[in-house]
Amino acid sequence: MFSNRMFNILVPIISVFLGLVAGAIIMLGFGYNPIRGYIALIDGAFGNAYFTGETIRRVTPYILTGLAVAFAFRAGLFNIGAEGQVIVGWLAAVWVGSSMEAPMIIHLPLAILAAAVAGGLWGFVPGILKAKLGVHEVIITIMMNYIALFLTNHLIRNVLTETKDTTDRVLESASLASNWIMEITSFSRLHWGLLIALAAAVIMWFLLEKTTTGYELRSVGYNRHASEYAGMKVGKNIVLAMVISGGFAGLAGAMEGLGTFGYMPTHSSFTNIGFDGIAVALLGGNAAFGTVIAAFLFGVLKEGSLNMPTEAGVPSELVEIVIALIIFFVASSYIIRWALLSLKKEGK
Amino acid sequence: MAGRIQSILRVLKNLNKNKNFGGIILKKKHLLILFALLLSFVLVLSACGTADEDDSANPADDNTETEGTDETTNEGTEEQAEDTNFKVGMVTDTGGVDDKSFNQSAWEGLNAFGEANGLVEKENFDYVQSSSDADYSPNLNRLVQQDYNLIYGIGFLLMESVTKVAEQNPDTNFAIVDETIEGDNVVSIRFKEHQGSFLVGVAAAMKTKSKKVGFVGGVESELIKKFETGFEAGVKSVDPSIEVVAQYAESFGDATKGKAIAAGMYNSGADVIYHASGGTGNGVFNEAKDIKNADEDAYVWVIGVDRDQHEEGAIGDTNVTLTSMLKRVDVAVQNVTQQAYEGEFPGGETLEFGLEDDAIGIAETNEEAYTAEIDEKVQEFKQSILDGEIDVPSTDEELEAYLADL
Repeated sequence: MFSNRMFNILVPIISVFLGLVAGAIIMLGFGYNPIRGYIALIDGAFGNAYFTGETIRRVTPYILTGLAVAFAFRAGLFNIGAEGQVIVGWLAAVWVGSSMEAPMIIHLPLAILAAAVAGGLWGFVPGILKAKLGVHEVIITIMMNYIALFLTNHLIRNVLTETKDTTDRVLESASLASNWIMEITSFSRLHWGLLIALAAAVIMWFLLEKTTTGYELRSVGYNRHASEYAGMKVGKNIVLAMVISGGFAGLAGAMEGLGTFGYMPTHSSFTNIGFDGIAVALLGGNAAFGTVIAAFLFGVLKEGSLNMPTEAGVPSELVEIVIALIIFFVASSYIIRWALLSLKKEGK
Repeated sequence: MAGRIQSILRVLKNLNKNKNFGGIILKKKHLLILFALLLSFVLVLSACGTADEDDSANPADDNTETEGTDETTNEGTEEQAEDTNFKVGMVTDTGGVDDKSFNQSAWEGLNAFGEANGLVEKENFDYVQSSSDADYSPNLNRLVQQDYNLIYGIGFLLMESVTKVAEQNPDTNFAIVDETIEGDNVVSIRFKEHQGSFLVGVAAAMKTKSKKVGFVGGVESELIKKFETGFEAGVKSVDPSIEVVAQYAESFGDATKGKAIAAGMYNSGADVIYHASGGTGNGVFNEAKDIKNADEDAYVWVIGVDRDQHEEGAIGDTNVTLTSMLKRVDVAVQNVTQQAYEGEFPGGETLEFGLEDDAIGIAETNEEAYTAEIDEKVQEFKQSILDGEIDVPSTDEELEAYLADL
């Protein structure tokens, strides 16, 4: 019957609820009003057109990095390198967007493609090392993050500019930003990227669920040896999964480079978009649709929480704890499943 | 309603037949322990808390009296009646308001301003912290929408965001620290850091025994270059044979990295390190203190930056902080805010604060280490700078020319 579906919907809802309760207890314990706190959170995320725009703006790269991690995960790979792939994608998009001139219909897709290719390339290296030499992808991807961070900083300072801290702005013809959207959201940085992110989610779903390639990828994810025995080329599939995963993360970089910022600053530390993508993917059950929902939840929490210190007086350190608790409860939905089941058993 | 609940229960009952969900089988006992742990964690955390809001929100409280506020107090209370709606806010960069550096210094300036004019924290002046580069614009906009009259962007990292938000909100006044922005509603606050760095360079040159001193920078940029070149010029002005090693941490918030770099420098023979790296510098202090802990007679010194970092260097009865290059962001912030409060906001101007405004200086807190002999030499050079006899270099090219002239 509908038992499984019912359960799948019920569990995340209860988890979010419990997370909010736990956060409320913490706020109470520290002497702050949790109701005011949560109202400030909602206000900060959807209070007016500007904040709604900013929230959706924040969700966009989360969807893409979530998809990146989820995609690799479905093929049995743990892509910790989404962070680095975001950074190289960002740089590639800005580079193409600022250094060449072309009509928008060529320029914009080219800049976006450059980001995907750069991200894909950053995924290819750990992929090929894993496939050929069996080096664990977690180690390589972590290292690739640092290479990306410092390499892009170096390129920005020494190649793209002369010892400046930010690149030039991308040209109008490569920008995802639109005056029309900015006007209706009172100058938020919302841009067309959301459509790309949603399209990417559909592509991932289609690729994984409806094509032979996707079947092979999932098969390799479930059981490498059985897949090999069945005549699939495991190595090829590992590389492919990492490249596509990196491509998604690279696109997230393009969202920042061509949409939100329109340039790339040197980064003194990681953007965390890629790392948050890991949590988003796990929260979304590594499925395309689930990842989109999880990205929305993440984006709302992150954006709204910025409002809590000024509007409700909750110190930002405490806000971080509250947000972390909410995510913790959502992620540990297993506990809730178990609680529901034993509750039911006692009722017997 | 009751029927629905029963049907849900029935569904759950069916599910129970298959106890292996998600591929993991856990025993009930384990889960109970997990739950108990979680609960106690939550309780312990909430028990630790106090309702003392000021304590956590205002790390600068004890420093607010440092300004000469007495004269202005009376004047301020009179004005308070006229204009209690005045709201000034600041957006920190990723260092946070308790970075023990310029974000904190700016916040101290706002506190001093508030105290001088009898204004209330949270109502008349407040701060917002940014946890990533993407937060700057929303934070600025948030303050604009809450009707703040004057909004500070602390640090050059906020330049792009302040430029854009200021353009979109011509009725709100903005100020940016360490950058220059064009616009009638923006005032740019800059400092002559190279002057102060020159003076601590002189102090370092007087203090070093190994003839080798170090410089730890945050992120390589035009701004931090001013610190480095000023420092090197100061050192070489005293004794051109002293070696200056410089290294950048590529971060303003990575204390671990700062510690590692400092360890490397001290190991290679440097005995005085000047840092211009925000929170990263805390690591430099930690390394110096660790060395001192292991060997009481070790000869290691740190020169602080932006504010007097004396307390950062305290270890037992001694202190590893030789001196600090004082960049009085608080003086500048208080100064500009006061002008805005009195309706004379210097919009569109670039204000450069230096030795002559007492906005740049050198700390003399550690009397044991910062001896009269050193101070004499420093004052000598300070006078030469004030008299215009020394033009302190602020870029690599200027430094080269300066050193060639020595």
